[in-house]
Amino acid sequence: MPIQIRVPTPLRKFTNGAESVTVDATTVGALLDQLDKLHPGIKERICDDNGRVRRFVNIYVNGDDIRFLQNLESPLKSGDEVSIVPAIAGG
Amino acid sequence: MNFVRDLRCRECGAQYPVKALHVCEVCFGPLEVSYDYDAIRRSISREQIEARPRNLWRYRELLPIEGKPLVGMHSGFTPLVRADRLAAALGVKELYIKDDSVNHPTFSYKDRVVAVAITKAVELGFDTVSCASTGNLANAVSAHAAHAGLSCFIFIPENLESGKIIGSAIYGPRTVAVRGNYDDVNRLCSEISEKYPWAFANINLRPFYTEGAKTFGFEVAEQLGWRTPQHIVVPTAGGTILPKVAKAFRELELVGLLPTADFKIYSAQAAGCAPVVHAIHRHADLITPVKPQTIAKSIAIGNPADGYYVLKAVRESGGWAEAATDDEIIDGITLLARTEGIFTEPAGGTTVAVTKKLIDQGHIPRDESIVISVTGNGYKTLEAVTGRLEQSFVISARLQEFDELYNRIAQVPRERAAGA
Repeated sequence: MPIQIRVPTPLRKFTNGAESVTVDATTVGALLDQLDKLHPGIKERICDDNGRVRRFVNIYVNGDDIRFLQNLESPLKSGDEVSIVPAIAGG
Repeated sequence: MNFVRDLRCRECGAQYPVKALHVCEVCFGPLEVSYDYDAIRRSISREQIEARPRNLWRYRELLPIEGKPLVGMHSGFTPLVRADRLAAALGVKELYIKDDSVNHPTFSYKDRVVAVAITKAVELGFDTVSCASTGNLANAVSAHAAHAGLSCFIFIPENLESGKIIGSAIYGPRTVAVRGNYDDVNRLCSEISEKYPWAFANINLRPFYTEGAKTFGFEVAEQLGWRTPQHIVVPTAGGTILPKVAKAFRELELVGLLPTADFKIYSAQAAGCAPVVHAIHRHADLITPVKPQTIAKSIAIGNPADGYYVLKAVRESGGWAEAATDDEIIDGITLLARTEGIFTEPAGGTTVAVTKKLIDQGHIPRDESIVISVTGNGYKTLEAVTGRLEQSFVISARLQEFDELYNRIAQVPRERAAGA
């Protein structure tokens, strides 16, 4: 399933400046692994040593925070859009 | 006069030059302004501060600007009100309200953070300012942008109170209402800020913006006669103000303006959006986001990025946290209005209601000094109290009718807010 990933500015140095990358995956976890295969080193910025998403990173599937879905097990289907967004706040 | 060294990541310590950057490139942690406190200590004194105009810039050595302030010349230095009638109603001895409901020019604590953000934005060369807002921030950004002659775009959730929408539009920004809640607006603006060369007050200018919140704390200490309160209750939305009030007290000690900074700080949230309170009660380190469901829209942030720092600040001080239901929030608004003549919005009602709970639970002792943080004005959220107040009595313009009315109602006490 081809999934489009929106890449935030701090991570674009891994993707040669691309703000969008497309990979095949059926879960968010698998998507991050695929992304890391294409652009080595990127997953380390997103996940810690235990494989969990870092505290200050948000991942959304079609606008829904994966913490409200199934975290890294959240399923993906063709046409879904995944956004990686640094945590921001208040106002 | 510049005492800023650089920007530092709050999580991993990585250092960055002073520019419109808010996220660490190593760990995505938030960046914070880093100061040369020794140099500040040598340059600052109580007398010097006391001689300055009564606005938030009186503490400018501890604020991240290099040149002169651009906006907010009458912002800050809001009243610290000794609240004896509310104290009696709550059964405590020494109670104050720090009243940002009358902040200039937009009647909320946001005038503080925006004054700093916009001054810095211009220093960094921006000509357009923007924000993602539940309302008070949009009001402040629009107003200060107008005063400085800057272009302005504001982003709000579609279901915002009309008072808050008009309260921004009047200053002439372009307004974008997003279908979704505040967290949706925030995420969109994060993506917009990466593409458009604009200064988003609470996004790419965030490290400078948040520093303005310290002035709330500096003023409380100065207005109490250069001492910290023993207990201070602060509402928590995105998590900006509470950690910065704690930081403010500690900085005053660090730069020699206070001999000691001994205080307990408490987080107040609405029960319908209390991710930080839940984490504090569970002694957890991770905050689980929630979907907000409360009338207190200005603090309805389900995923507070600075929430972790609220946990730290509360725990380091030995404080606690509580949440108030929507009914308790309204009771808090009416109690404050009827005992002290201050009309606050639901965020302020939340703080009053939570203070009452913390006192009743025994977390806050009845014989120690307490400050309640009021951060916004009730005139902006009339919908919250509509239908909850005593109706007017309608008569013709005849003295006899008034005599009859008075005889009827004088004996019957008006319904009082809980606890008054």
